[in-house]
Amino acid sequence: MQRVKLFIPLIIFAVLAVVFFLVERRVQTGDYSPTALPSALLDRPLPEFSLTTLKGEPIRKDQLLGDVFLLNVWATWCPTCHYEHPFLVELAQRGVNIVGVDYKDGKPAAIKWLEDKGDPYTLTIFDPEGTLGLDLGVTGAPETYLVDAQGVVRFRYQGALDAKVWESEFAQLYNQYQSKGAVQ
Amino acid sequence: MAMSVWAPALWAVIETYDFDTELQRKRYHHYVEELRCPKCQNQNLSGSDSAIAQDLRRQLHRMIMDGKSDTEITQYMVDRYGEFILYRPRFQAATAALWLAPVAMLAIGVLVWWRMAAKNRRARNAPPELDAAQRRQLNELLDGDDSQGASSGRGEP
Repeated sequence: MQRVKLFIPLIIFAVLAVVFFLVERRVQTGDYSPTALPSALLDRPLPEFSLTTLKGEPIRKDQLLGDVFLLNVWATWCPTCHYEHPFLVELAQRGVNIVGVDYKDGKPAAIKWLEDKGDPYTLTIFDPEGTLGLDLGVTGAPETYLVDAQGVVRFRYQGALDAKVWESEFAQLYNQYQSKGAVQ
Repeated sequence: MAMSVWAPALWAVIETYDFDTELQRKRYHHYVEELRCPKCQNQNLSGSDSAIAQDLRRQLHRMIMDGKSDTEITQYMVDRYGEFILYRPRFQAATAALWLAPVAMLAIGVLVWWRMAAKNRRARNAPPELDAAQRRQLNELLDGDDSQGASSGRGEP
């Protein structure tokens, strides 16, 4: 018994080493990201807002509902958004409904960005003060929310949305909520 | 290199807010210390220069000036950023382990210490009885020591 007691620190060390190693491996394979926080909005309705679009028309939450859509938070000052943009254009061409939120940005720069790079958004909400971003619990751009036909947030992804992320995280959920919305 | 490390700390809080009362100022400073920046993982709002931290400070100032209660402010933050934003998370099923672990560890420590102390006390109060073989051995040792002391011739006139 006394012998076993001597080895307790070594056993604790070994157990911790294994745990840390496994977590680190999940980080490296991309299974787990310590910076990705669960959204507080998950399975809750999209917050109400009253803003204007980039074109200057007033826009409210009710006008967005009726179909599944992606809410993509972006800005011209965000380098990752630059990387993400071509895939959003491709998604829009495939018929995915994407609503943009131009987050803490300047209007002329944002309009030029969409003219130059193509506009994947059915409409873009202009959020210069970041008030909608705050209500969404945005931590930075880009972030993409999957919102169902009833306006309930079903998924949030932080970071660039590319083909790989779409396939692994979004595609199934998107199809699932789209078919659900069609039945009702 | 040193510049780049220290620079963010120097910029940290650039905006200044006006308050009507000392209490409002105190509450603001309490909250910017206690709320965590959602973007930077391990900085509070007062120490972060990220865009979201600026927005949250502005919102916090607005809510305090509007006379919102502490409960309302905390709930507002948690509704948007989850328990993560509180450096002192509220006691819930999900945070129970976090709150109770130190108490549990202390209890284990006290238990171990108490058992060891009791064992020591028992050992000291009751000197071990020697059995016949040990007694014989002891006598032999004592005798042997005696004869050795004598044969060394130390102290002989």
